[in-house]
Parts: sequence; structure tokens; C-alpha cells
Amino acid sequence: MSGTTITTDILIIGGGPAGMAAAVAASESGRRVTIVDDNPRLGGQIWRAELGKNGSPDANKLLAALAERRIDLINNAQIFGTDRDRSLLAETGAGTITLGYNKLIVATGARERFLAFPGWTLPGVFGAGGLQALVKGGFDVSGKRILVAGTGPLLLVVAEYLRSKGAQIAAIVEQAPVSKIIRFGLGLWNAPAKLAQGLELRSRLAGIPYPKGSWIKSVRKTGEMLTAAISKGGRERQFECEYVACGFHLVPNIELPSLLGCSIVQGFVSVDEYQRSSIPTILAAGEPTGIGGVEAALIEGKIAGFASTDETRKAEALFAKRDRTSRFAESLKATFALRNELLTLAEAETFVCRCEDVTFGVLKDFNSWREAKLQTRCGMGPCQGRVCGAACEFLFKWHVDSVRPPIFPVKLENL
Amino acid sequence: MTYDIAIIGAGIVGAACAASLSREGMSVALIEAKGIATGTTAAGMGHIVVMDDSEAQFALSDLSQKLWNEMATRLPTDCEYEHCGTIWVAADEQEMAEVRRKHAFYSARGLTSEVLDEKALHDAEPNLREGLAGGLLVTGDSVVYQLKATSYLIEDAKPAKVISGRKVTNVASDGVWLETNEKIRAKYIVNAAGIGAASLSPELKIIKRKGHLVITDRYPGFVSHQLIELGYLKSAHGKDSDSVAFNAQPRSTGQILLGSSRQFGIDDAGVDRELLRRMTSRAFEYMPRLRELSAVRTWTGFRPATPDNLPYIGRIGDSNVFAAAGHEGLGITTSLGTAELITDEILGRDSRIDRTPYSPNREVAAH
Amino acid sequence: MIEIRIDGKTIRSKPGTTVAAAILNAGTDHFRASVRGGRRGPLCGMGICFECRVKINGAPGQRSCTILVEQGMEIETAANEDSAADSHG
Repeated sequence: MSGTTITTDILIIGGGPAGMAAAVAASESGRRVTIVDDNPRLGGQIWRAELGKNGSPDANKLLAALAERRIDLINNAQIFGTDRDRSLLAETGAGTITLGYNKLIVATGARERFLAFPGWTLPGVFGAGGLQALVKGGFDVSGKRILVAGTGPLLLVVAEYLRSKGAQIAAIVEQAPVSKIIRFGLGLWNAPAKLAQGLELRSRLAGIPYPKGSWIKSVRKTGEMLTAAISKGGRERQFECEYVACGFHLVPNIELPSLLGCSIVQGFVSVDEYQRSSIPTILAAGEPTGIGGVEAALIEGKIAGFASTDETRKAEALFAKRDRTSRFAESLKATFALRNELLTLAEAETFVCRCEDVTFGVLKDFNSWREAKLQTRCGMGPCQGRVCGAACEFLFKWHVDSVRPPIFPVKLENL
Repeated sequence: MTYDIAIIGAGIVGAACAASLSREGMSVALIEAKGIATGTTAAGMGHIVVMDDSEAQFALSDLSQKLWNEMATRLPTDCEYEHCGTIWVAADEQEMAEVRRKHAFYSARGLTSEVLDEKALHDAEPNLREGLAGGLLVTGDSVVYQLKATSYLIEDAKPAKVISGRKVTNVASDGVWLETNEKIRAKYIVNAAGIGAASLSPELKIIKRKGHLVITDRYPGFVSHQLIELGYLKSAHGKDSDSVAFNAQPRSTGQILLGSSRQFGIDDAGVDRELLRRMTSRAFEYMPRLRELSAVRTWTGFRPATPDNLPYIGRIGDSNVFAAAGHEGLGITTSLGTAELITDEILGRDSRIDRTPYSPNREVAAH
Repeated sequence: MIEIRIDGKTIRSKPGTTVAAAILNAGTDHFRASVRGGRRGPLCGMGICFECRVKINGAPGQRSCTILVEQGMEIETAANEDSAADSHG
């Protein structure tokens, strides 16, 4: 039932790197800061499960600071809508809570982009980050043969992680052309920490095939195993494996800022240099403002934290550093842009919307996302288009919009 | 070229008119400002129901239901036409009196309905709470996925020309003007622009009535009939104040569509959470187990209401413009009947029912 | 270790394990039946795709990747024939 109301100065949605950094920075002002996260644990997709253990030093430092500053944490709370002015609604195990704020920082992170290809709905075909998250949640992949495919630096991170857990990586299949990857590698000289990370990762992954300009075409079930067909230089190669981990870079979680009416430009929350959105009381940090990875998220979170508490000097001191990370974000986007061949993967019978089982063949004749939704229920299932929306944006160049409450399914009594 | 007919609005009413007039061999242009079936049609429930609140409303909805049943044999399965029937739910003895009145009304006009006592109601809908007095099952009522049905009607209207994404700004005696300054020439014009109809034909008096709906995830078998409370007779749904009523619809997907609310004098299309919670609380009073179900989406829509609750169907004055608008919450049901009456009038034929009660030239006073 | 039951079989899981991971570890990858009856298992691992829905302690449609195992939990997947019809929820 609805009832509990929590009022805070600075409300932060998302307890990943951006949210944690924002909270620590905002708390320097002495104001009341509250983080709300939909997970049982802090850390976001990248740090969760490793916090406090052998996790990154950045993460542990933030965690210690969060504890010391007595920042309020509300876990397992899913934001699903807005109430009156400057308040959000979250569903928890104990019903709905209303969260009032003076300033809101959106640090909702990103999700993987999935593309539809024949066989992508088979059990055993996971998202790349998805499989990593499942393994972090205790899924034992030791001794399993896994093909990692898609695009983006996440593939390397995931492959290394899976290998460290005892999996055998059949290959890392990257759709970006080798020329772009080399240019991207050279560009990393501007970000030495990342370069070192990248090189170290490559050396640990030595011996694993890493074809570039290569992409997954289909997966089929062959007995107990999966067989993935990979296109490389005009030829097709088959890989037999137990699991496929497949992701095509990331898309931001912008449902909440969209619902709140923040200006969204080309799929991202539009922010000024203080990370303020078009609505003065709402700031955004990390992936919702541009896919830039953990370093960008940390610095943007910090700026947002300071800006939200009017510590403008402290925020301004970080601008130069942030600008360097945004250059990294730009080069990520250019390097891992999706190639046109991926537009031809889906066949007429390939499901695009997994919630409602809507196929590519049915969708291709529509002119807009809204029309397709109304006529086929594509994007109208419980995931509310979070999976098929990005695929349709790529496949049909539709402008995927129209966020409606609740932005997450919620029990009727909590609505 | 000059079309025989230009229809303004590709909601279900405009689409039905296009199909009916095309079938008579007329050349039709169907002009839609936004997208096919994206206005009031998209916001509705898709309940095909025979109403008894006036003789005229009964005549039109009864005729329309017959037309729906004829069309149902041709409708593709993805239109999800289901003969689920309606149960008007009575909470107490006073409402049971209304059940008996309704039963007599329908029986006198040849319509099958069945009075349910407490046990029969419970057997028909086990998720209703215990202790409700009974209800009236109207077996002929149906549910349709109105968006697909609209597409079917437009498909059926071929070779009608569909002009989508262009707004009509002005109606002239020999056609309509588009916002692009193009003129679509036509001998007759049908104004089926829903809540936008009065801005093109100021003779019509149309009031926007805002409604809220919620749809759940899939729970096959949770609800089997369209359920509507009779309680609104006593309390809610007054003319001037916001009101809510229990109205649950089973979709063929297993989803449950929940309504209803009505508000006048509101232009903001946003979901009003307080009203939404009043609406769901009312539903929980009838079906407590709904509380636990997962709500996937909520939305609002504006229904085009008229002062006397009857639609405007027919020639406006002695102009070339015909009205097919103001169907309030009954447009899905009465779209087919409306199209038949419009077609008859344009062709100079008599209709199966008396057309005068719906004339846009009638003296309209709120009743 | 925590004892749970998956489709009637008793399984031991480490504390902190998600229900999705426990189901996969038990050798089941058929979590739910899609609306056209297809076999589906987890995709995103982070609670957004709803592919990992199973019945937990009688409540259908629970996203198993976002829930940690608890002692005595009763889990039903679509692999369990009898529960297939309910797992749409």
C-alpha cells in the first residue's frame, strides 16, 4: 500500500559509480542525500557483487565515504512514476514509497543493446553484460565453452571475466572493422589509465581469437550445444559452444528523465556543463548523458553532486577532466558504430519483440514505433520496449519515444 | 480529381464510413491528421455492447452489434473478436432491481440476457468478492481489439485513398483544405474528427470527457466476461464531478483492461494519480485479488461527448457536410451503425432504424 | 548453504546467489514459455528484459535475476510441465 513518504534534499536515482560519486560529493555540503537503487546491492552493473571484496579501489573508497557520510540508502526500490511536483514513486517489498526532493540526480546507467538475429531467443544466448551479471550472481560457468560476440569494449571485459571464472572463450567476435579499432587504440594515448587497462586485458586474453569486422549471423541448437554462424571476410564460420554472450554496446536508461519531461537529444539527456538538464531541479550523470564508461560516470557524478548543492567552484574545477572523458565517449561511439550488414540479420520469422513475440516480418511494414506498437503490441509487454526499442531504432530508424507511467510494471495496489 | 466523399478522421468511425461508402462504389478520400486509430479509438476499451439508457441509444447499439456479428465471420483472428458477454454486477438488492429492469428491457426487444443470483455470479466470475447480490449477463456482447479492427476496415475500404499525417484546417462546400494548403475536392464531406469535429463544424457541440485506463500483464482466466458495476447508478458518474466505476475487460491475451473514470473540463492528458487510485480502489472493492496483479501501462483519452449523450449522425443543415461524431465512450460499438446511417442518407435510402434522434440539427438539451 | 526447491528438486545454493543463477546451476535453461510457447531463459541479467520470469513461492512472473535465494524458497520454471501455463504471468 501507499503511505510512506521520504523527503530529502538531494535524491539520487541509481547506485552505480555516477550515483555513488554524486552522493559523496553532494554530502560535502552537509545536506541530506538519499540514494535509491533497484537492486539489493550498490555498485551498479559494473561494481555490484565485488564491492568490499577485491573490487576496484575507486569503488571501495566511495563505499567507505558513503558509510562515513551517513548517506541514506534505499535498496530494492523500483522507481515507476512521478507524483506531485518534485516527488517520485518507488515500489518496494513493503509497498509504494513517495520520494520528495529539492534536487534530483538521474544516474540510472545503461543497458545493453540487443539486435535480433535468428536464434537470439534461444535459452543459452545471453547478453554479454547479461551473462557477466548472472555469473556475478553465482552462475557457475567453469569448463563451459562460450562465444562472445557483438561490439564494444565490454566484450573484452566480459570475456576476461568469464575466463577468470573458468570458462573457455571460443572467440571474441567484434563487428567494428580492424581499422577503427586501431585508431581507437591509438586514441587511448589520451587516456593512459584506459590504455594500460586495455593492454593488460589484451595480454590476459592472449591466445583467444579476436576477429574484427566479424559478426554473428545466427545461432541454432544442435543437441546439447549451440552452433553460432559467424561472418568473417565474406565467409561463414561455425562455432560450437555451450553459451553465446552477445551485446551490441550500450543504450542509456532514460525512461525516468523522459517521463519527467527533461529534454532528450539523440537519445541522451541533454545537460549543461554543470550536468543540469533542461529542468533546473534535475541533473543527470553517467551513461544517460552519453555512453562514456566508469571514468566519465565518476567525474560527471561528482560534478552533479557539487552542482546540486551549489558548490559551483568545486564543480568547475572538474570540468577539464570531464571534457577529456567526453572525448573518450565520442571515440567509443565512432569506433563501435553498427555496420549496415547487421540490418540484414533478422529474417521474417525472427522475433524482435520478445515479450509479445512479434516478428521482423510483421514489423517491417509499419512506418512508426507508435503505429507498430498499437497494431502489433511490439514494445507493449512487461519490458516496455527496453529490449526491442533499441533494435527497432536501428532496424527501422524509428524514433522510439512515448514513455508512459508506470515506467516499470508495478502491482496494481502500488500504482 | 473530385472524390465522391472526403472523410475527416481515420478513427474507427471514419474507417467504418470509408468501408461502407466504398462498398457502394463511391470514391473515398480518408484524411487523418496524425495516425490511423491513434485518437479516441486507441484510448478505448473495444467493448461491443448494447446499451439501454435511451431508445435511440439502444437502437443504434443494437443495429451496430448485429453488424459487428456479421463482420466477425470475416475479421482476421488478430482482431481478437471474442463473444465474452457483459455482466452488469449488482452489489445489493437495490441494484438487483435494476438488473430485473434491464432484463425486462432487453427481453422486450428480443435480446437474450440472464439474471444471475449470488451463486451464479460467483460461478461465472470466481474472482469477484463474496457477497455481491448478483448480476445480469448479456450474452451477445463482445470485445474486439479495436486498433486491428480499424485497420481491417481501412483495408476493406479499398480502393479508398488514405491521406495520413495531414490535418484538415477548413471545410468548404466542395471539399476540404489541408494544412499544406492543398485542397481535396469532394462532393460530400463526412466529419468524423472525434474531439476535433466541432472545430471544423461549429454547429456541433462536443465536450471532451477524459478517461483513464490501466492494463495488466497476462493472467489468462482471471476474468471471463466484461464486468461493469451497476453502482454508478447511485453514486458516481454524475454530470459535473469526477467519477470512477468498476469496469474490467478480459483481453484474449489474458490481459485485463481496467476502467473507468470520467472527468469533464480537463485538457491535460496526463495520468492523474489520485483519480487512478480511486479507480483501482473501486475495482479492488469488487475484485480484491486484482491488487496483486502487475500493471503494465496506464493511459488517458478524451471521449467526444454531446449534451444529450447521443452522437451526431447525418447532414448538417442543408450543407454537403455530414457529421459522424460525438460517440463518447460508445464509438467502437456504434461505428458500424453510424456508417450504415451515413451511407443510407447520402444514397437517399431509408434506414433500418429511425435516423432523426441522431440528427446534428436536433435541439440538443442535456437530459 | 541455502536449501531451495526448483521444480520439486532440492538444490543447495551459496548465500548471495540469485535465483536465476541457482536455476541455471541446476541445469535448467527453460525459465518461461513465451506468449507463443517458445522456450526462454535469461538475457539481460539485470531485471529489464523479463525473460527470466519464474514462479517463486506461488507468485508468478518474478524476475529471478533480481531476487536472491532464501532458505526454503519454492521455485517453479516452465521446464516443469505443469507450471508452464502459469509462467506467462
